Formats: sequence, C-alpha cells, structure tokens
Amino acid sequence: MADINIRKVAKAYGKTQVVHGIDLDILDREFIVILGPSGCGKSTLLRMIAGLEAISSGEIAIDGKVVNDIEPRARGCAMVFQNYALYPHMTVAQNIGYALKVAGISRAERDQRIATVAATLDISDYLDRKPGQLSGGQRQRVAMGRAMIREPKVFLFDEPLSNLDAKLRVQMRLEIRRLHQRLNATSVFVTHDQVEAMTLADRLVVMNAGHVEQVGSAEELYERPASKYVGGFIGSPHMNFLKGQIADDGCSVVLEAGPTLPINPRIGRAAPGAAVDIGIRPEHARRTGEGANLTVRYDFLEELGNGRLFHGRVGDSDFIVQSADKTPPAFGEEIGLRIDPFHIHLFDGETGVRLQEIASVAPARTRALEPA
Amino acid sequence: MRRAYFKNNWIAALMVAPQLLIIFVFFYWPTSQAIYWAFTLEQPWGGGNEWVGFENFRQLLTDSQYWDSVRVSVIYAIATTALAMGMALILALFADRQLTGYKFYRVGLIWPYAVAAPAVGLSFRFIFNPSAGLFSYINHLFPGLWDPIMNGSHALFMVIVAGAWKQIAYSFIFFLAALQSIPRSLTEACAMDGSGVLRRMWDLQLPLMAPTFFFLLVINITDSFTDSFGIVDTLTVGGPARATNLMVYKIYEDGFRGLDYSGAAAQSIILMLLVIALTFFQFRFVERRIHYS
Ligand SMILES: Nc1ncnc2c1ncn2[C@@H]1O[C@H](COP(=O)(O)OP(=O)(O)OP(=O)(O)O)[C@@H](O)[C@H]1O
Ligand SMILES: [Mg+2]
Repeated sequence: MADINIRKVAKAYGKTQVVHGIDLDILDREFIVILGPSGCGKSTLLRMIAGLEAISSGEIAIDGKVVNDIEPRARGCAMVFQNYALYPHMTVAQNIGYALKVAGISRAERDQRIATVAATLDISDYLDRKPGQLSGGQRQRVAMGRAMIREPKVFLFDEPLSNLDAKLRVQMRLEIRRLHQRLNATSVFVTHDQVEAMTLADRLVVMNAGHVEQVGSAEELYERPASKYVGGFIGSPHMNFLKGQIADDGCSVVLEAGPTLPINPRIGRAAPGAAVDIGIRPEHARRTGEGANLTVRYDFLEELGNGRLFHGRVGDSDFIVQSADKTPPAFGEEIGLRIDPFHIHLFDGETGVRLQEIASVAPARTRALEPA
Repeated sequence: MRRAYFKNNWIAALMVAPQLLIIFVFFYWPTSQAIYWAFTLEQPWGGGNEWVGFENFRQLLTDSQYWDSVRVSVIYAIATTALAMGMALILALFADRQLTGYKFYRVGLIWPYAVAAPAVGLSFRFIFNPSAGLFSYINHLFPGLWDPIMNGSHALFMVIVAGAWKQIAYSFIFFLAALQSIPRSLTEACAMDGSGVLRRMWDLQLPLMAPTFFFLLVINITDSFTDSFGIVDTLTVGGPARATNLMVYKIYEDGFRGLDYSGAAAQSIILMLLVIALTFFQFRFVERRIHYS
C-alpha cells in the first residue's frame, strides 16, 4: 500500500545541521527500524516523515507522492509517541476514537471500531478510564490503539517501548511485530536498543550523527558491518577492535600490540602498510592451548548464565572473549586465542569504512533497494 | 516538595510575624472596624456609637438605590469578566501560535496590568470623549449615537470596556502560560489524528486549560466587584443618574461624601460576604468538574 522514498533529506535547526542528506527507500509493508545512539537524528527523521518537522532540503515521497508540503493529517501516517501523548481529559475510548470523530464518522461505527481495536489490544476493560488511571503498559496499548484505528498506510513509532519494564518491553515487542504482520501497513520504528531493533526489523537503518551508516537485515549488519561504527554498535557484547597495519605480503595484519594475524586473502583493497582497525567479535575468539595466534592478558570474568565473558587486554586495548569455558584463568594470566581469518573484520584506519572482500556475493540489500 | 522543619517554634513565629502584622493591620483591623460600624449608629451630635443590631442592613436592603447599585455591579462583573477573559484567550491563542511579531505584542499586552486604574480611567476618558477625537466624528455623522455623559447605558458600556481592558493583561499571562504548558507531543498527536488548528483549540487546548480558566474566572469576578473604584471615579463618578454607581463606588460615596459610616460599613460587609460566597460557590461546584484523573 505505501512505500516511502527519502531523497537527500536534510534538516538544520538554524546553523546546526542535524540530519545530513539521507537517502533511504522503504518498501511497502516493510518493518524498518532506525537504530542509532541518542541525538543522532532518528526522531528528527521520523518526524519529517510524519510531517511534524519541516524538511530543510530534499524530498520525502509516500506512496509515490511527494509529501514535503502536505500536512501531517493528509499523509496517511499514524504515530506512536515515546511518552504516548494520550489526551488526559478523554477516556480511553475517546482517545482511541478521536481520529474517527474528527473524520466525521458516525457514532455507531466509531463505537464498533473502538470495540474491535480494544479487543485486539486486550484493553476492552479500561475503555471508560482516563489515561491517568492506567499503568504504563496499558497506556502503551491505548496509544497503539489510537494509531491503529485509522488503518493508516504507515505506522511511525518513536521509541514507544522505552518507558516499559524489561519484561513488558519484550512482550510488547512481539505484539507490535504480530500486529504489523496483520495490518498490512509499512512500519518505521525508531529505537536505540539494538536487541529491540534486531528482533523487530525486516531491515535496519543504522544512523550516526545525522548520517545513515548502513541499511540491511540484522544478519547482514552482524556479519558484514559496513563500518567500524556499525561493527561496534551491532552485536552484544560489542566487537573488539585492535589497531594494526597490513603486512608487506598483503595477507596478514601486524597489530600494534605485536602479534601478526592472517587475514582473509580475498580482501582486495588492503594495500601493504595501510593502517587498519581489525574487529573481532567476542564469540569468534576461541580459547585454545596450542596454535594460538593472539594472547589476551586476563582481568576478570563476567558471568552471563548462558555463557561467560573473559575481560582482558591486548596491548592497550580492551578485549572480551565469550566462552562456555568453566575454568577461569588466574588474574594477569595470558590466555591463548585462535582467530579464524574469516572472522576478522577489516576497517580502514582513517575512515572506518569496511575493506570489502573482492569476490563477495552481491549483498541482498542492494537487490532489495531496487524499485519494485 | 522540600520542607524546612523548625525545631524552635520561636524562629518560625518570628519569620511569619511581619506577614501576620501586615495582614492584621490592613485586613483584620479594618474589617473589625467595619463590623463595629455596621452594627452601630453614631449619635447625631456625637457622643459615641449606639448598638442598632441589623437596622443598618435592613435599611440598605429596602433601599431601591442600593439594589440598583447591585444590579449594575453584577452586569459590570459579568460583562468585564467575559470581555476580558474572551479577549485574553484569543490573544493568548495567537501568541501561542507564535505568529509574526508575537514577541512584541506579548510584552505590549502585559503592560496594561502595570497601569494604575485611575490612569486607565483617564486615558479612556479621552478615548471615549463624545466631543473630541474619534467619537466626535461619529457623533457628527450620527448625532446622539455616543453620549456617555447623558446616557446611562453608554456610560456603563464605557466603564466596562475600560475595566476589561485593564484585566486582559492578567488573564492573558495565565492563559499563555497554560497554553505553553500543554506538552507539544499532545498537540502533535492531535494533528496526526487529523484535527486542524481550530479543532485542536476546541478539543485539546481549551479543555486542558479548564483549571486556569476557572482560576481566572474567580479572580476576574472578584476583581471586578472590588477593584473598579479607580475607573468609575475618573470616568463617570458613578453617573449619569447613578447608572455606573457600582457597589464599591457607592460605599465610598456614602461613607466619605455622605458621611454615613454605618451604611457604608454595612455595604462593605455585604460586598465581602458576596465575594466570599461567590468564591466558595465556584470552588465547591465548578472546580470539582474540571480536574483530571
Ligand atoms: N528544536 C531543535 N532545535 C535545535 N536542535 C534540535 C532541536 N530538536 C532536536 N535538535 C537536535 O537534533 C539532534 C537530533 O535530535 P533527535 O531528537 O532526532 O535525536 P534522537 O536520535 O531521536 O535521540 P534520542 O535517542 O535521544 O531520542 C540532537 O542533537 C538535538 O540536540
Ligand atoms: Mg528521539
């Protein structure tokens, strides 16, 4: 029903540029999650789609129609706000049905649609209460109901789960995903929680300081982060980074900390002598007795229940190893690690951009980006 | 809220003493004097006051001139309150939308509150002067259309406009503050729900301002009963034919011109009771319906 095309969209407040020329194509019925740290411009982008914030330059089209100068109410979007923004003087039923009332829909039909939505969201018992008499989770549902009832083409969510406790957040996450499946609308969801992002998204958009760093499925982002930033942002515990230089043979990296690690020979642009950052995920560093190609000076242990994290240092950098290993080393002991060349991510030392494998398979996202 | 607790009650007493003293000197003492006068009558040739019970009140309540004054005061109170609050609300809605130049007229609108009532009265005496300025032209075209000196309704209208003008500023400040304290996300949610500017005012802003509205209603009505003296005194001196003889003004006239202290005191007591009753009524019955959750 609605795809969203964002072309070179930028936003400046006075002289401060907050969003820098973003290009993004969101497909019909896709669940897109915009992920990024606080202050990176996620909300601003979402609000520009909604029409609550003027677009400084560039163009946003919904369903093929440029909406830059169209009022929020005519864009066919519904939004769920972080603080829910329920009308405090109206009952739950009035809150949910308000959009229909404004649209001039008859009382009987309104009541019937409110009842349906309330049943879907399991809030039928609270219809006569005011928002002030509801718990956070119930308010969240009312806010969802208010967005759903209009049957919008596009759902916009601005960190709607961040005020809920951990358990409820997980539950609502699943419900949102389930609703998305049922409602046939396009969803754009903003969050700074990567776990939330990865469970919800068809595709993720990782933003940093007003730029889009990478767009792709959770798997793509995890396996082939396009930049050091994405590598460090996606995945928990986060990726370990070590500085080094490409060796003269072009097939290994000499780390600042000393050791030399073999790298994936297919990495092309790696000119000998070039400064690089290598990224190794904690779960890809295997503890081993012999054949170790990297050693970590052990500091302390973090028990996770389903695994454990060995924190240590390689040279001056922190390094985490995830392992099921039950035997903790002694403090200061050197742990031997074996790093598989195919698990080493290489990033340009200056720009942080990923050094791509030459013969890489065309990533799925480029295909998805072509207009349908 | 943080509270300070005083171990030593003397320090606490010392700190509230100045305030208590002021209230005593300027409120309780005059009030007790008024009560004393209201129930007594001064001997015609001096020589102390004689206790007369409710006689002063009986005389007042059977006096048709007094009831005229009450009637005019009620009209004045309702009209100034409606006019002042209505105008203040409209102006605040505009200021809140930050239309061009709002910073200037926001300041401009607050100023009148700092102007003393007699000054307001004087300026309106010039503005509404039937034989000078704008109104002299109108009167030239339509003789007798505007004549506050002879026509009682015109005079009352003039006093109402001047009184309202003075009260707008106060209400404006509160309305604007109330509007600006409505979370932006609520307005945005309302816009996303499809409602336009006017609809949002009606469905969202006005209901959320109800507590402020109520507060201002009490303040404005009370003010228009008690604070209209300066305007009447400079504009009409209560005339013509007592058409603008508001209750406060009549108290002053009877007390200081007619030297009928007892009658004036009885009138003050009635006015005080009226204001107390109005406030009580409003708090009891109106406010209750407009608090949320
Ligand atoms: N009205 C404004 N005037 C000036 N700067 C603003 C304004 N609104 C937002 N900004 C700035 O724009 C940047 C992006 O803000 P935005 O709200 O989009 O961040 P965000 O990614 O949603 O962050 P968070 O996760 O904290 O909500 C921030 O640096 C913020 O300070
Ligand atoms: Mg935000």
